[in-house]
Amino acid sequence: MPTSLSDRACIVGIGETAYCRAPGSGKTQLGIQLEASLAALADAGLSPRQLDGVMPFPNLGSAEELAANLGIASLRFATTVHMGGAAPVASLRVAAAAVVSGLADYVLLPAGWNGYSGRRARETVAMDVSSLPGGAIARDYYMPYGLTAPPQWYALIARRHMHEFGTTPEQLGAIAIAMRKHARLNPGAVMKDKALTMDAYLASPMITAPYRLFDCCLETDGAAAVVVTTKERARDLRRRPVSILGAAAAQPYPADEITNRKDLFETGLTIAAPRAFAMAGLTPADIDFAEIYDCFTFEVLQQIEETGFCGRGEGGGFVEGGTIELGGALPVNTHGGLLSEAHVLGMSHVTEAVRQLRGDAGERQVADAETGVVTGWGDFGDGSIAILRRG
Amino acid sequence: MSETVATPRPLPAWQGLTGEFYAWCAQGELRFQRCDDCGAWRHVPREICAECGAAAWSWVRSSGRGRVFTWTVAARAMHPGFAADAPYAPVVVEMEEGVRLVSLMVDCPPDALAIDMPVEVVFVPVSTEITLPKFRRA
Repeated sequence: MPTSLSDRACIVGIGETAYCRAPGSGKTQLGIQLEASLAALADAGLSPRQLDGVMPFPNLGSAEELAANLGIASLRFATTVHMGGAAPVASLRVAAAAVVSGLADYVLLPAGWNGYSGRRARETVAMDVSSLPGGAIARDYYMPYGLTAPPQWYALIARRHMHEFGTTPEQLGAIAIAMRKHARLNPGAVMKDKALTMDAYLASPMITAPYRLFDCCLETDGAAAVVVTTKERARDLRRRPVSILGAAAAQPYPADEITNRKDLFETGLTIAAPRAFAMAGLTPADIDFAEIYDCFTFEVLQQIEETGFCGRGEGGGFVEGGTIELGGALPVNTHGGLLSEAHVLGMSHVTEAVRQLRGDAGERQVADAETGVVTGWGDFGDGSIAILRRG
Repeated sequence: MSETVATPRPLPAWQGLTGEFYAWCAQGELRFQRCDDCGAWRHVPREICAECGAAAWSWVRSSGRGRVFTWTVAARAMHPGFAADAPYAPVVVEMEEGVRLVSLMVDCPPDALAIDMPVEVVFVPVSTEITLPKFRRA
């Protein structure tokens, strides 16, 4: 039975900055988030003064500074979901609950960083473990042994998957290539002009085996933002709304330590996905496309399995043969994702899903897209999922 | 005049339950917490037993034997303290007691690693206080 939150809140505005590497955005981390926020408000046809809720991305900005710069004079809902890259999609759920319950009327969700020209993502954790939920555990039990950064943690899971299910490098490569093909249709993608072949994928240098260079997301500058309100208010706004049919977020157990999980493949999404589908009254077979948080190729494969698009261990076969490419049964990351568009912390997956459901995706439009999934993955396997439908 | 100082490798904090874990290592013993009530082993250290809720536990000596559960080969360091070590391979070892820990091999090049390879603990001092449990082929 659908819960009371299903189909009652909508995404009514999206905004993005340009995505780039060298020489960088030329703005501060706050400045690019403000630019994306103003674009999202303009898209919705809202004035900043109508906003009364803000959900900053963890560790990348405060509600106070966002509100002060935007002129939000009556901020009455400000909270952050501490789930790393799972935060934007997890925040959709919280924002929906906030507007439906009356805690706020219009909630802004910004995310952005200078991930290329500022401090690189690869350095963030190594130099500041306090940004992690299990920060002291990483400091005391991972880092002294050289396990210092996200691709290294997740590579441990990828290797185990290869061992148990026979997942191959070529299957991970099929994911990288699909993302790249989609990016080449996206004028805003950093990798728009760079083709990727399987030979080039396999020849790319190892970063942390089994991850090669092209298994790893980009480091880029850029920001994105969305605005959430109720279905009723959405009717009076500028754009056709996109409804939040189902949304859930959860953490793996234990959430603060990866290696002692009884089931290494059970992540937050394993718990969240069935709840989101139940809330929406849908099954994975009803979904037209999926924007899946792609920090590394294997995480796409794992989330495809845990979302229920295929069974555990079947992800390798699923991603081959064009299934996840435009024109396939489940186009994944139609914008190119973190791997080939830009690393916008998961928020550009939300904006892309909205664009697809508005029919505004240009050359990369999924034909007749009505229902899409967007996921988030963060920290040590926190998971979030939203099921969105065109209004 | 400037001088270049190499970034040190990160070390665990010498405090609390972690300090006790590494103090045993400094004495040449690998010990994990074991619940006094239900007997469940646990790692990393926790305040109470997540299986039964009991507060009482003891540091119980491990056999020191386990098997390689998984690993990665860091082709390049992502922390400057390990720059001179790359390529190196952090391993996850599943101990006979059932708990798993992250460590490094002392006698096995990355390309010789295999899942389920039997290993046993050795102790490697890395500072005046800290000794890390590492592993060799058994």
